[in-house]
Amino acid sequence: MQVLTFALRRFGRLLLTVLLISTIIFFVIRVIPGDPALVIAGIDATQEDIQAIRAQLGTDRPLIVQYLSWLSDIVRFDFGTSMISSQPVTQLILERFPITLSLAVMGIIISILIAVPLGVLSAVKRWSLWDYLGMVFSQIGMAIPSFWLGIMLLLILAVKIKIFPLFGSGSIRHLILPALSLGIARAAVLLRLTRASMIEELSKEYVITARSKGLTERMVKYKHALKNALLPVITVAGIQLGYMLGGAIIIEQVFSLPGLGRLFLFGVYQRDFPLIQGGVVFVAVIFSLINFIVDMFYSVLNPKIRIR
Amino acid sequence: MEHLLKIEGLDVSFNEQARALRGIDLIMDTGQIHGLVGESGSGKTVTSTCIIGLLPVPPGRINGGSMIFKGRELLNLSEAQRRSLRGREIAMVFQEPARYLNPALRVGEQITEMLILHQDLEKQQAIAKALEIIDLVGLKGGTKTLRRYPHELSGGMKQRAMIAMAISCNPSLLIADEPTTALDVTLQQQILKLIQDLKQRFDMGILFISHDLAVVHEIADRISVIYAGRIVESTTKKRLFEEPLHPYTRLLLLSIPDAGKRGTRLKAIPGTVPDAEHIPSGCAFHPRCPLAEEICRHQDPETADYGSNGEGHTAACHMIGKKWIDL
Amino acid sequence: MDRFVELKALSKRFHGSGLLPQNRGGTLAVDRVSFGIEKDSVFGLVGESGCGKTTLARALLYLDAPSSGEIWFDGTLLGDLRTRELRRFRRRMQIVFQDPNSALNPKMNILHSLEEGLMNLGTAKDPRRRRIVELLELVGISPSHVQRYPHEFSGGQKQRIVVARALSMDPEFLVLDEPVSNLDVSIQAQIINLLLDLKNEFSLTYLFISHDLHLVAYLSDRIAVMYQGRVVELAPTDELIHRPLHPYTVKLFSSVPGIRGSILKQKQAAAPAGQKQAAATTPGCSYYQQCSHGDIACLQQEPQLTDVGNEHLVACLKISRVCP
Repeated sequence: MQVLTFALRRFGRLLLTVLLISTIIFFVIRVIPGDPALVIAGIDATQEDIQAIRAQLGTDRPLIVQYLSWLSDIVRFDFGTSMISSQPVTQLILERFPITLSLAVMGIIISILIAVPLGVLSAVKRWSLWDYLGMVFSQIGMAIPSFWLGIMLLLILAVKIKIFPLFGSGSIRHLILPALSLGIARAAVLLRLTRASMIEELSKEYVITARSKGLTERMVKYKHALKNALLPVITVAGIQLGYMLGGAIIIEQVFSLPGLGRLFLFGVYQRDFPLIQGGVVFVAVIFSLINFIVDMFYSVLNPKIRIR
Repeated sequence: MEHLLKIEGLDVSFNEQARALRGIDLIMDTGQIHGLVGESGSGKTVTSTCIIGLLPVPPGRINGGSMIFKGRELLNLSEAQRRSLRGREIAMVFQEPARYLNPALRVGEQITEMLILHQDLEKQQAIAKALEIIDLVGLKGGTKTLRRYPHELSGGMKQRAMIAMAISCNPSLLIADEPTTALDVTLQQQILKLIQDLKQRFDMGILFISHDLAVVHEIADRISVIYAGRIVESTTKKRLFEEPLHPYTRLLLLSIPDAGKRGTRLKAIPGTVPDAEHIPSGCAFHPRCPLAEEICRHQDPETADYGSNGEGHTAACHMIGKKWIDL
Repeated sequence: MDRFVELKALSKRFHGSGLLPQNRGGTLAVDRVSFGIEKDSVFGLVGESGCGKTTLARALLYLDAPSSGEIWFDGTLLGDLRTRELRRFRRRMQIVFQDPNSALNPKMNILHSLEEGLMNLGTAKDPRRRRIVELLELVGISPSHVQRYPHEFSGGQKQRIVVARALSMDPEFLVLDEPVSNLDVSIQAQIINLLLDLKNEFSLTYLFISHDLHLVAYLSDRIAVMYQGRVVELAPTDELIHRPLHPYTVKLFSSVPGIRGSILKQKQAAAPAGQKQAAATTPGCSYYQQCSHGDIACLQQEPQLTDVGNEHLVACLKISRVCP
């Protein structure tokens, strides 16, 4: 029951966030100088042409009317039509989303698979070889830009030794290298966090109790301490997933993946209002959703916060 | 007759310079509550840590002495052997239950894991046993309570939960390290009563560590006073409070305020407790002792028995029997 | 008869988290507390954790302004004062808290810690320094250590410094909230003796708050017992020790471990007769559920502090009917 009220409250917050963001993006775009009608019409256009385009776009109506119309569209998941490609924005997003989603999920999984075991090992065997390896890895991982890593991986594993395809998006194989570049970079941060968190938990008093009960070291570390140590790691991993879903733009560029990142990038270049708006709201929704899920997951692991 | 626990000359230091224990002697028997009284920095926690075998060996170091538990020399044991004693034969209850209980595991889990590990029970059997135990320690609520997390319990209940965990496998020796210090007076009384009940019921020996002489007076059968890493006096409760021998004990008793002393000035002990790195030469108490003489500055007193009628009364002081002026 | 410090129906409510006023709830940490403290006396306040004694102390000094009620200090109603005037009164009322570690700024050496108050008063540098040397000698700290930082001192020494700081304001009234609880037993006596010496030398009035009944009984002239924000009993110390009347007081006293010669250890209190069912919002006596003497009448009427003779006040329907 507690969990349910907690879930409802968090969900309410989610809705509020999305509403706020939609409102902000709506007004921000219209405040930026530059009339899209002019852009579309071109330099030689006449006033009538421009007016016509405005009427078509709906930008000649009063702001409030535009806003309300925008809101009612959003609720129906109608983000309008892309000005450049004349396709419904919603459709464009949904076409590209699966690729970005797969990339992000694979990325975060790789991240966790690298970071958590190494981080825990680092913490448990402090100052040993494993610990140094872990710290070195994390330092390098944080210093290397992920796109450079991507290019290197492409060079080595797709050009020199032709294990992976160079570009394209047909299968999982196409996603492995990009996911690796994304995942390794994030793993570096997660590893440090895991290590620090685990070290902190191991120095807490309940660990002394656990030892005094005659539990094996394994139980003490992995049953008692780890559970508490993972809490902050999960939160951060969840947030990173959110970012990745926004479209790991650069990685998509490097690997020529037709994902959301590229879509939005071009949208911004071309001042494609509906696309940009739709994109931002979409990312906001996804990010909030991820946070919500992370919160719920967190509350399962950490019983203390269910109360509020 | 074999004692439950016999510690002789235990000497422990940290990082070479800090001398935490300088020759501890302690004897405990089953069915007895032995109070270990000392202030912070006196070495009482280090003693308990050694008994349960959790002394971190760097930076700590055992320089000498012996600890014989039910006939076995604890200092010769391997870590695996020590671990098999922990929880099963020697158990510990700590001071602040909020910190010493795992916040992410249910209370029941923290009890049953011991039963499953040490007594080889199946999960269902362990749960049944756990229910019995929490009832024994006065934790109401049965299965509901087992399913709770520590933060859902009140302070007193948390402490009972810790006690439940400790006695779950029927240990022969229970070490209680300041178990009531963080509790309110009325709760403290309840926990002390509980501990006494458990002593009767379980045929255990209990080492009760505290800085509070009044609490120790309430509960202990025998009392040892520890100062700067040595036991300065050890005897029955009655003798300690009625005929204290060591100046530290006597001054401590005089310095404690109580209603009966209203209107009189408390006899405060001057100076401070020495820390383990700067232990005075000779008798560690000499800088603060009103009876100190030349020999006290140079020679650490031996422990001698001044008891009679078979009741041991040991004390480590050169000046036993010297007359006190202006007290 | 107006006493030096007088509290009248002092209440402090902490607000809950609801949005609407009716859902707000919150806790009434201090509930209409009234008592007076005579000049040059020690007034003891005892109770267990959560009874509101620290909240009371803070409200009394306007550190957390009270929700309602009156605080009179030397004939002046503090609530009437504007901020500037209140600051002047604050000088005369100081507080010493339990934990010297959090009371002293670890980044300031003790000279600075002690100087601050005096600087705010506008005292010039030389008289300031002289005063600080005086104060340190008074509390038994060597003035040569004045450039040191808090972590270089022991617990007992830190507490002495905190006392010195409180005294630097030349207060007349000192609130001591568990001032020795964190200290080792052998140091406690030193600090207590110091507090008594200072009181005698400077004609100070103390409000001494503690959960340690022995200590409070030793120091105080009068004692008030608090339970869940209310004062349930109030009497001169000797009277209270020999004749505790309120069931809670009796239970408290009998729970205190006593050593030989202590008068406090009374006959064992009867075990509480189990939990009684009570309605969600219980009017009447807040101790009803734990009390072994209560009956229906206790639920209907909230007991007020009643004089039962010898300046002994008790808030209990049963007792005040029994005693004349």
